[in-house]
Amino acid sequence: MSKTIQMPALSPTMEAGTLAKWLVKEGDKVASGDLLAEIETDKATMEFEAVDEGTIAKITVAEGSEDVKVGTVIAILAEEGEDVAQAAGAKPATEAKAAAPKADPVPVKAEEASAVASDPSPATPAAGDRVKASPLARRIAQSKGIELASLSGSGPNGRIVKSDLEGAKEGAVAPAAAPAPAAAAAPAAKPAPAPAAPATDTGIPHDVVKLSGMRKTIARRLTEAKQTIPHIYLTVDIQLDKLLRLRADLNAGLERRKVKLSVNDLLIKALAVALIEVPECNVQFAGDQMLKFKRADISVAVSIPGGLITPIIANADGKGIAAISTEMKDLAKRAQEGKLAPHEYQGGTASISNMGMFGIKNFDAVINPPQAMIMAIGAGEKRPYVIDDTLQVATIMSATGSFDHRAIDGADGARLMAAFKALVENPLGMLA
Amino acid sequence: MADSYDLIIIGSGPGGYVAAIRASQLGMKVAIVEREKLGGICLNWGCIPTKALLRSSEIYHYMTHAAAYGLSVDKPAFDLAAVVKRSRGVADQLNRGVAGLMKKHKVTVVEGTGKITGVGKVAVEKDGKSIDLEGKNILVATGARAREMPKAKADGKRIWTYRHALVPTEMPTKLLVVGSGAIGIEFASFYSDLGAEVTVVEMADRILPVEDAEISAFMEKSLTKGGLRILTKAGVSNILADDGGVKATIKDKDGKESVEEFSHVIIAIGIQPNVENIGLEGVGVEPDKRFHIKVDGLGRTNVPGIFAIGDVTAGPWLAHKAMHEAVICVEAMAGGHPHEMDVNNIPGCTYARPQVASVGFTEAKAKEAGYDVKVGKFPFIGNGKAIALGETEGFVKTVFDAKTGELLGAHMIGAEVTEMIQGYVVGKTLETTEAELMGTVFPHPTISESMHEGVLAAYGRALHI
Repeated sequence: MSKTIQMPALSPTMEAGTLAKWLVKEGDKVASGDLLAEIETDKATMEFEAVDEGTIAKITVAEGSEDVKVGTVIAILAEEGEDVAQAAGAKPATEAKAAAPKADPVPVKAEEASAVASDPSPATPAAGDRVKASPLARRIAQSKGIELASLSGSGPNGRIVKSDLEGAKEGAVAPAAAPAPAAAAAPAAKPAPAPAAPATDTGIPHDVVKLSGMRKTIARRLTEAKQTIPHIYLTVDIQLDKLLRLRADLNAGLERRKVKLSVNDLLIKALAVALIEVPECNVQFAGDQMLKFKRADISVAVSIPGGLITPIIANADGKGIAAISTEMKDLAKRAQEGKLAPHEYQGGTASISNMGMFGIKNFDAVINPPQAMIMAIGAGEKRPYVIDDTLQVATIMSATGSFDHRAIDGADGARLMAAFKALVENPLGMLA
Repeated sequence: MADSYDLIIIGSGPGGYVAAIRASQLGMKVAIVEREKLGGICLNWGCIPTKALLRSSEIYHYMTHAAAYGLSVDKPAFDLAAVVKRSRGVADQLNRGVAGLMKKHKVTVVEGTGKITGVGKVAVEKDGKSIDLEGKNILVATGARAREMPKAKADGKRIWTYRHALVPTEMPTKLLVVGSGAIGIEFASFYSDLGAEVTVVEMADRILPVEDAEISAFMEKSLTKGGLRILTKAGVSNILADDGGVKATIKDKDGKESVEEFSHVIIAIGIQPNVENIGLEGVGVEPDKRFHIKVDGLGRTNVPGIFAIGDVTAGPWLAHKAMHEAVICVEAMAGGHPHEMDVNNIPGCTYARPQVASVGFTEAKAKEAGYDVKVGKFPFIGNGKAIALGETEGFVKTVFDAKTGELLGAHMIGAEVTEMIQGYVVGKTLETTEAELMGTVFPHPTISESMHEGVLAAYGRALHI
């Protein structure tokens, strides 16, 4: 029996990908674990390994094909002893139609560098995440057991229509128990894609740039965040001098270990500890319930070519600063190379975004859903500062926390900001 | 220096003028070229003036049947010249309306015959003089004309096309209508209601061949009852006209030929695209196999910068299809991402008495496409409003996909159905299933309740039958 090789879902949110490069050709023998192809997702380029062994009988999706939907047959594998030519000719029943043509969404303005755009693993759906789909699409999805949220809609404003279900992977989830035809929108973690406004010719000379997978994800997720999360912003000024002195001392001590801590490494730790101190802010809003996390996993916004990604320092509250620093360097480097594994950027309980190096005084960051808070860090700069009722010069940094006001009350947010400020201003507190 | 535009549209029918308006809304500088009258065939010689004529014949029909409503009319009569004059007045009013719209949207109207002289270049000729226009894009919306019978050239005296049939100077006594599409049937209905003895000859095995077979059968029965003679599977092999009338050789369904005399003949055997002498060959625009201009779903021809919409492209050849294509084409031109049209969601209407309206698959076509269907039917006799109006002749038929509940098609015949079909069209466009239609509250008492019942009937749940 010949087997089909389908476009894999390399991340929970991947809907389609670009078949960047074939690493095998027709006629090649492959064993389980051999690398078959490089696939570019909305996040990164990943290598796709063979599961079964056999001979590549036919490659059905050419190298360089964009927007190949998950589940599309990309190659046919002849098993041992099978006639390769015959296998190549066999039309596998599961052959899926390539992505239906659809209007590319017009880019949503998403230039804010602080914008966090990782695709966290979907947890419980947040309220208000309605999947837009036609009645017929819902009916077909239900009968075939296709999760609507796993599809992208090609209808007006991203509405899922019948044609979007053609070729979709059947039985992705068990059919819902209730067979009511007009069942309420299947709750889904994925919101509708960013609305596409009709582009009109402004008459101004311009180039048209096709959106990358990452840009589409950024657009979709930022729109989701701003449309569904009521943000509140709380800003504090924080004196940095003690932290800078501590950093210098620590770095002197760490020199022989070849570790050099950045201010940001210390701030990651401070945020993690603050979140444990004020657990009301280490939460996630999830529809009719709330998740209260017992660990602080900090997503750190890293600017990379063509966009932005948020690798995670897991358990940052329990890690030493040197460990955080080493891990962060590795993550940032691999992020630049597009080589992060999905679990390294999906998840996290809160985020931090630092634009200090650009000289930004302060800014309001967009929450990284489904998280409930993000800390935006401005530049540390010498400012006139009142200390002990006298005007002095101190190194001051402004930090603004953005909070999901559905989950976090202003007072709790203020307590987190106060805890963060206290830890940064008296940094020994986060070492113990 | 030629005048320069963002878009030059050749032809100002419903496709062309709507394209002009939409393009102007999107900020384009637009010129529209028209050799005759703004509004094209639809508005001057098609959709609109025929509806005006049919309104007169309908009222005349009510006058002659006034007694059924407890009314009396002394010697019902009509003045053909006045009927025609009203129809022309309606067309003129709309023609002026289009002129006003062009002015409002700052569209330059260029009178004359347009011809593409190169990519981005159009020459417009009028009265022997020619002017050159330049445009970033050219949209061909030249429409179509009546297909002629080689052996029976329309002369406007005895042998008519729709165009002559719209402005009769004398009332046909014995009329032959060749072709039973919407145009043929509408004229047959009009002249029959005014008292002509009408014969319709159709080559297919039924009239209105694009409609559902049950609609065709009902229509045939209804028209025959009203005095029309209908010959299906029949053809007209020859027509000889002289001052006194025409002699037509009709070959009936058994292949037997006979010669019959008529006062007039209307040729309504389809349309032919206006693709000649507009410079398409010069720039390399490809025709399709029926010699219509070949375009993609966004109206793009094989030549960049040259677009085509409406009757000059593939069917269905309907004004509303052209208008919709116009908007899609122009929005795509402006860099937008409009959704392509789904042919199955384009309704079709015939404004005879009774009216016919439909959208989507016929029962036969749905089965042919491999669907397992559920069919619902509801007769107007079960509808209170239809009875009150004295319009019980008609029915609604729905076709659903048994597997998914998708509304595949809807077919209606009877009073007011052309005004009602949009309900099903909206549903189809939104991808409705039977559940939403069943859950829709239709106002009582209206004939539209039959549409609800037609859906219920498909699932064995009709209430009033």
